[in-house]
Amino acid sequence: MLQKNDIAPDFTLFATPDQKITLSEFKGQNVILAFYPADWSPVCSDQMALYNETLKYFKKYDTEIFGISVDSKWCHLAFSQSRNLHFPLLADFESKGETARKYGVYNEEEGECNRALFVINKEGIIEWSYLSPIAINPGADGILEALESLKTQ
Amino acid sequence: MSLKPAVSNTDHTQGNQNADLVIVEYGDYQCPYCGAAYPVLKELMSKFGNQIKFVFRNFPLSEMHQYARPAALAAEAANLQGKFWEMHDAIYENQRYLNENFLLELAQKLHLNIDQFKTDLEKPELAEKVDADFESGIISGVNGTPSFFVNGKKFDGGAEDLFQLLNENTAS
Repeated sequence: MLQKNDIAPDFTLFATPDQKITLSEFKGQNVILAFYPADWSPVCSDQMALYNETLKYFKKYDTEIFGISVDSKWCHLAFSQSRNLHFPLLADFESKGETARKYGVYNEEEGECNRALFVINKEGIIEWSYLSPIAINPGADGILEALESLKTQ
Repeated sequence: MSLKPAVSNTDHTQGNQNADLVIVEYGDYQCPYCGAAYPVLKELMSKFGNQIKFVFRNFPLSEMHQYARPAALAAEAANLQGKFWEMHDAIYENQRYLNENFLLELAQKLHLNIDQFKTDLEKPELAEKVDADFESGIISGVNGTPSFFVNGKKFDGGAEDLFQLLNENTAS
């Protein structure tokens, strides 16, 4: 798994059925990558739903967040609509898990991404990373601490 | 993960104010898991209320639950008339009927001054209180609802587990 001071590998993934997002286009902003196993986990403790509520805190730090799983763009669309999400979910679908592998957070056994967080600074360098136990939603406190430390650097 | 900020006199508390055991719940009034935890917590407090200081902080998942924030504001407005816990309980006991009109009906049933209640609902201080609770939850590591803290430390379990904790504590 990539760590602090590693260069964040670039990628281009579908964010909607007809739109792709390329990480390097976000240089100049902080970026949070939230790898997670699958769409449709139980409702009130859902990690993506939580980040949806904390977007305004991320914006304060001039930060974009992307959720990433191996689910397809159509699955992401349905999930995103059902949860009223206001940030992109990226489909690490073809080749499956390729981006997760680049970050060292692909779970071969399950064929899913691990639950892992990366905070990437404005120059595209990883500032903070965290691997969460698969069943535990890591919350947003670690992300906010990392963003705060970036601000004061 | 620890609770930030610590419990203070701006919090809503019940039970024994001087208890050594302080339990904080971060809850959402429309969350079904919080609704399921409610009767368990009620029983917990009726059995062990003399040993526990219980605190409720707002954690409305507004994007998922459209009435969570209006309900949180209603409880805060009731608080201004001294009936926070009455409103808190009434909402959880009638969770399936929750909507904005129903909150007004509850306010009437609790004999609140309705004009005052409606005015208070619009007060920026109330919105700020709900936001401050939510933000404190985020920085304390709340990752869903309900989330509990026991003596300032995140408790990895639900209401039933709290019950077990208390049963073990009393047995020893």
